[in-house]
Amino acid sequence: MESESILKVNDLTKYFQRNLAVDDLTFSMQESSIVGLLGGNGAGKTTTLSMLLGLLRPTSGSVELFGHDFIKNRHAVLQRMNFCSPYVDLPQRLTVRENLRVFSKLYGVKDGTGRLSELADNFRLTEFMDQPVRRLSSGQKTRVSLAKALINQPEFLLLDEPTASLSPDVSQWIRKRLLDYRDRTGASILFASHDMREVELLCDQVLIMSRGSLIEEGTPEKLRQCYGKDSLEEVFLYLNQHGGGK
Amino acid sequence: MNSTTTGRMSALLLRYFFLLRSSWPRVLEIAYWPTVQMIIWGFTSIHFSTASPELTAGGILISAVLVWDSLFRSHISYTLSFLEEMWSRNLANLFVSPLRPWELLLSLAVVSMIRTLIGMIPAALLAIPFFGVSVFDLGLPLLGFFLNLVFTGWAISQAVTGILLRYGLGAESLTWMLPFLLAPFSCIYYPLDTLPDWMQVIAQYLSTTYVFEGMRALILHGEWLPDLLWRAFLLNGVYFIFGVSVFCIAFRAARNRGLLLQSGE
Repeated sequence: MESESILKVNDLTKYFQRNLAVDDLTFSMQESSIVGLLGGNGAGKTTTLSMLLGLLRPTSGSVELFGHDFIKNRHAVLQRMNFCSPYVDLPQRLTVRENLRVFSKLYGVKDGTGRLSELADNFRLTEFMDQPVRRLSSGQKTRVSLAKALINQPEFLLLDEPTASLSPDVSQWIRKRLLDYRDRTGASILFASHDMREVELLCDQVLIMSRGSLIEEGTPEKLRQCYGKDSLEEVFLYLNQHGGGK
Repeated sequence: MNSTTTGRMSALLLRYFFLLRSSWPRVLEIAYWPTVQMIIWGFTSIHFSTASPELTAGGILISAVLVWDSLFRSHISYTLSFLEEMWSRNLANLFVSPLRPWELLLSLAVVSMIRTLIGMIPAALLAIPFFGVSVFDLGLPLLGFFLNLVFTGWAISQAVTGILLRYGLGAESLTWMLPFLLAPFSCIYYPLDTLPDWMQVIAQYLSTTYVFEGMRALILHGEWLPDLLWRAFLLNGVYFIFGVSVFCIAFRAARNRGLLLQSGE
């Protein structure tokens, strides 16, 4: 039985004055899937994520999330989603525990204390729960940001390069957490990244963007086969040189 | 799981409480400036009381300083709390949560009121033993004066936070400048007819002018003029609509331009 679409994006377009940042983007996401949004710098990944988070108003197009018109009524679904990005900080002066307490209340988490200790265990935060965020290493900060992103047990999680500037072992550990979370809760994850290998390891489906447009989509395996390449990175480089397949 | 307005607002209040608790100089600072102001003007008052007793009658100078400071404190407390979110690049985290923009504004107002009271009450109490002046002798009208100035402070803050959202931290200096722009027109230490005609015209559109005219009438002549207070409330209603409109327009512009994700240092 095919799972339901939780996200339907239709003809999503964003202009910044006269500059076209996202051009007529159309795709959908199934329940319990992990989708990778790939693209080079300026491809439109972060702009797309911002529109899907409600931080940026599209110029035209529609976004349907959990059956709701997200552009007109984003507050109906914000409770069911969350995000994490290395470019958005948590308040640095607050401790990890204080930050997570604030966000658990903000999302109306019923058993806040219980959820905090669960996250502290899962993300190995226990030893620095009472440290201010500013004193943590980048790896530790990423773990805290991910804990914040999972505080409300979101059904839809958006991640913007969550492993950027992390060592390979920490990146691998985070990938495992994300897969565990998806398997345990059935959540869907949209994952923007530059890291092709990571996307290949983690994602069921890949969307490749270039200059604001979706130029290819499919499973990592299908894309490799289709272009006769050994890795997604080679597919990406080929598409960048020769243009998209869509 | 379902967050409610009160739950989300209490989350923000908790966030600002944690922030204050993390730095004792910040707590001290809240009461420090109003107290220092009160002391300086207290001694100035003593100095003038022999040469020009009409200037300091009934503790008018000290009372004016304390009441004016409630506008400045309410504005600064409101805007600084918002700036904290920009400095810590936390706005995106807030606006992707179920928090509504008006809940953020209301929480900032509550935090501002708490911080203003923490700042003003010690200064007002210390003025009693130090200089024999009690603003509390003004009675119930004091509440009217205080609330009006706090409302004016919030209206300025709503407009300033809107401008900060739209233009970023480059507009931060407006936070400090705007209340002082109002000060010369507000007739804090002198009656309205002291001002030149063109300034009087502007002063008549300021709620603060009516607060200080009313306070002077009460302290110097024992005359309570409620119509001045109502005029101030009315003007504050207009400012409030203006301030919220500026914020809403700026918020919309910030969402159109993608500024919510970029805000910060």
